[in-house]
Amino acid sequence: MRFIEIKNCYKVYKNGVAAIADLTLNINKGEFVFVIGASGSGKSTLIKMLYREEKPTKGTVEIGGINVGKLRNRTVYKLRRKLGIVFQDFKLLPKLTVYENVAFALECLGMKSKEIRPKVIKALDHVGLKEKLRSFPNELSGGEQQRVCIARAIVNKPKLLICDEPTGNLDPKTSMEIMDVLETINKELGTTIIMATHDKEIVNRMKKRVIVLDSGILSEDHEKGSYKAHESI
Amino acid sequence: MKAFRIFIRSIRDSVKSIFRNFSLSIASILCTTITLILVAIAIVITINVNHITDDLEQELTIVVYADADTSDERLDEIEKEIKNISTVSEVVSKTKEEWRLEMQSYSDTLNTTLDYLEENPLLDSYIVTVENVDDLRPTALEIREIKNVESANYGEGMVEEIITIFDVIKTITIVMVVALIVVTAFLISNTIKLTIFSRRNEIEIMRLVGSSNTSVRLPFVFEGFLLGILGSIIPIIILIYGYLIMYEKISNSSSLSIIELVRPMPFVLLASLALLLIGCVVGMFGSARAVRKYLKI
Repeated sequence: MRFIEIKNCYKVYKNGVAAIADLTLNINKGEFVFVIGASGSGKSTLIKMLYREEKPTKGTVEIGGINVGKLRNRTVYKLRRKLGIVFQDFKLLPKLTVYENVAFALECLGMKSKEIRPKVIKALDHVGLKEKLRSFPNELSGGEQQRVCIARAIVNKPKLLICDEPTGNLDPKTSMEIMDVLETINKELGTTIIMATHDKEIVNRMKKRVIVLDSGILSEDHEKGSYKAHESI
Repeated sequence: MKAFRIFIRSIRDSVKSIFRNFSLSIASILCTTITLILVAIAIVITINVNHITDDLEQELTIVVYADADTSDERLDEIEKEIKNISTVSEVVSKTKEEWRLEMQSYSDTLNTTLDYLEENPLLDSYIVTVENVDDLRPTALEIREIKNVESANYGEGMVEEIITIFDVIKTITIVMVVALIVVTAFLISNTIKLTIFSRRNEIEIMRLVGSSNTSVRLPFVFEGFLLGILGSIIPIIILIYGYLIMYEKISNSSSLSIIELVRPMPFVLLASLALLLIGCVVGMFGSARAVRKYLKI
C-alpha cells in the first residue's frame, strides 16, 4: 500500500541551485528506507520536502493522500502533527526537562494532562529513558538526547518517522543503539521510517531499502541494498 | 475546551519562561522600568504645565468702561447685551462707587484726593470673562460696538504674546511625551526582539513538532504582557509617592505656593494606569511582532 508518492519532483532554490531533479519515488506503508548520497546530493532537501520545510518547485509530494506542496504555511502544523521528525542536532528545548520535551509535542495538540502522562512514559520506555524523566538535556549523553528526540517524535504514534542523519553526531556504538530503537519502532508500531544517512556501517548492517541520490537525481533504488554497492559515494 | 487548555498552558509556559530565561527577563524589565520612569516624568511635566497655563489664561479678562453720563437703566442693558454675546462666560459689574472705595483703600493720598472731589470721576465698569482665551480679541471688538461703551481693554499685544508663548510651551511638552512614548515602544520592543532572537531555536522546534502559529505566539505574547506589567511597577510607585511628596512640598512652601499643581487624585491613578497600559501593550505587541519574524506565515 503506497504511503508516500513523489512524482516528477523538482526543487530549484532561489539562488539557482537545482537540488532535486525529476524525482519519482514511491514508499509503502511500514517500510524502512535509507536515503544516501554525497553531500549536496539532495538528501536533506528531499527530507525537508517531506515535512514541508521546503516546497517542490515542480511536481507533487503526497503523504497519506495529502499533497504536501499545496499546504499553506499556516496549516503546515496539521501535517507535522501526523509526522515524527528526528534531527542530527536533536533540537531539544534546553530549558525543559526530558518529560517536558516529550510532553510538549502533545501539549501543542491541546491534549489533557491526564492523557499526556501515560503516553510520554510509554514513549520514553520505548527508547529506554524512563528513569531520566526529570533530567535536563545538558545532563544527558548524545545518545540519550537523540533517544529523547525519538521519543518526542513517536509519542503521538505517527505513521511516518523522518530522520535526518540521526546518528551523525554519535559514536558507532551509540549509533547502533539508536538504530535498534528505530528498528523496534518500525517493527512493533508499523511506523514508516525514512532516514537520510552517511553511515556505511548502519546501512550495511540493517539490510533495508536504499535510495541513492546523485546531484538531485535518483540514481539507484535497491531492495535490501547496502552501502557496499555504492562505495563511490 | 482544547483552545482553553492551550490558552492556560500558554500562561503557565510564559511564567515558567520568565524564570527560566531570568537574565533576559531582567534586561527587558529594567529597560521597561527606565523608559517608563522617563515617560512618567514627562507626563507630570506636561499635565502640570498645561494646568498652570490654563489657570493663567483664565485670569485674562476684558475690562469694559461705560460712558460717564450713562443712566442706571442703560447700565443694566449694557450688562445684558454683553452677557448675550455667545463667547462670554461671565460678567461682573463694578460700579464707580466700588472703584472709588477700592482706590481709596490703596493709599492715603488717593483717599484724600477722591474725598476732595465733589463728583466721582471714575467710570462704571464690567469685568468680562470669556470661555476661550482665543475669543478675547473678537469679544472685546464686539463689546466696543455696544452703545455707551467707552472702552473695552484686554491688554492688546501682551495677551497675544502670552498666549503664543503658552501655546508653544504646551506643544513642546506634548510632543515630548509623544516622542518619549514612541522611543519607549521602540526600546522595549527591541529588547524583547533580542530576547526572542536568542530563543529562535525554541520557536523553530515548536513549529517542527506541530505547534500552530497561534500556539507558538501565545506564550510569547503573555510573556511580553507580564514583563510589561513587572516593568511598570517601579515607575508607578515612583510616580505616586514622588508626586504626592512634591505636591505637599510645593503646597506648603511659602515661595513656591504660587504654583498650583494638579491635585494628586485622580491624576496619579490615571497616570499610573497609562504607564501600566503602555508597558503591557508595548510588551505584547513587541513580542508578537518579534515572533512573527520567525514564523513562516
